[in-house]
Amino acid sequence: MTLMDDFLVRAALAALGTALAAGALGCFVVWRRMAYFGDATAHAAILGVALALGFSVSVFAGVGLVALAMALLIFALTGRGFAADTVLGVLAHGALAAGLVTVALIPGARVDLDAYLFGDVLTVSMGDLAVIWGGAGLVGVVLWSQWSRLLTATLSPELAHAAGIDPRRQQLILTLLLAAVVAVAIKVVGALLITALLIIPAATARSFSRTPETMALGASVIGGLSALGGLQLALWLDTPVGPTIVCVAAGLFGVSLIGGKLQAIGR
Amino acid sequence: MSLISAHHIHVRQSGRDVLSHVDFSIDRGEIVTVVGPNGSGKSTLLQALIGAIPLASGHITRAPGLRIGYVPQKLHIDPTLPMTVCRFLDLPVRVTDAEASAALIEAGVADVGSRQMSELSGGQFQRVLLARAVLGKPDILMLDEATQGLDQPGSAAFYRQIEAVRTHLGCAVLMVSHELHVVMSASDRVVCLNGHVCCEGTPEVVSAAPAYRELFGTGTGGALALYRHDHDHDHEHHHHDHKGAA
Repeated sequence: MTLMDDFLVRAALAALGTALAAGALGCFVVWRRMAYFGDATAHAAILGVALALGFSVSVFAGVGLVALAMALLIFALTGRGFAADTVLGVLAHGALAAGLVTVALIPGARVDLDAYLFGDVLTVSMGDLAVIWGGAGLVGVVLWSQWSRLLTATLSPELAHAAGIDPRRQQLILTLLLAAVVAVAIKVVGALLITALLIIPAATARSFSRTPETMALGASVIGGLSALGGLQLALWLDTPVGPTIVCVAAGLFGVSLIGGKLQAIGR
Repeated sequence: MSLISAHHIHVRQSGRDVLSHVDFSIDRGEIVTVVGPNGSGKSTLLQALIGAIPLASGHITRAPGLRIGYVPQKLHIDPTLPMTVCRFLDLPVRVTDAEASAALIEAGVADVGSRQMSELSGGQFQRVLLARAVLGKPDILMLDEATQGLDQPGSAAFYRQIEAVRTHLGCAVLMVSHELHVVMSASDRVVCLNGHVCCEGTPEVVSAAPAYRELFGTGTGGALALYRHDHDHDHEHHHHDHKGAA
């Protein structure tokens, strides 16, 4: 029996890979105020699950494709100057509801919806792990190679244009990465809590960061700590892993807030 | 050959014609100022020239490999985005620490390198924006109301800085401004814009043009005209149609 046969090791690695990628990408979600965008893409994942089960294809493929379609739809709509908040609200909840209805309509299949809404990291297989780390690695590589351009486009579309960078192209890249993270995270924290994994570590890292790079690295580290700490805590308390990971992340955020306040007083 | 030229461009935004039939070009080393009332499309023209907004018709030609140094009207940095001055100067192209500190000294803000962008005063912020634009050794420097929020001595110093940069780099300068008295004296050419080009030429020619007088001389109750001689005032409104002006 090798180490990887242990379901706990697989779970830890799956949670870690997801959290590392979500942490770094989450900084852009925070900087660009794309939280609702993340929600809409993540909620569409349930529809992806339903379709994957209906057509008997891999859940990752179904979730990835539907998340991608949703992300591209939002990308196209925001480019046309729709009131983003309202449109995203409609899409986020519309997609979630459509997914839930579709799951119920699938003939014969008795689907454990909880696993897809809140994640089920303890059941990840070696194949799942390969997909998760492949996706996380892709996100990391793209972020690394496009970092300066993404950052310039985030700072100001005009400065980007003047420097010969197309900000819409950079936004498209972020959109695609977001779909990838949603697909990767569905087994770990589930559709409802993916946005938490994007936003909370980034918000926590903000309090001690002076440059965008330290914030991104910090968010990845905090995401990783939350993932491992949450898994351990869930085993002790016998609670669902995904929500426990998010609870730990939120706890760390609270600590960082208090730490920041103390620092401000001490100065 | 011109660095940038616009040929008969037309820009529509939310159903309104912001720019129509605008022809514009700027040559190496030239200082050109665009003046015009609020909503006359000055900033829109600059944004169209850098390719940030789509054209309804017409086209824009840029010299191949043109390097643009752009100083926006206002740059809002989201409070969730930590950004030191030095890191900001590195975007999108990394510069050495020596280059960065030289640019900050040249811009008159030597000691701010390690501070957060959000901690800077308005004047320091604009100077850092200028330093960043200059670091890329631009062929053309574009400034969109770059002295907004600066007091009079502050903006005078800022314009002296721009002159120095022009002399040093030999770049063209394209400015949008409402501070007619300051910018017009420093310009080789002035373009008076109000949705279309009302008139253009040397500062003397433009300030004497009836279309310009109509926009700034009589239209604003004479407040802006204080800076000019008023002996050849023209009250006949027969040159251009200025719907929606002032």
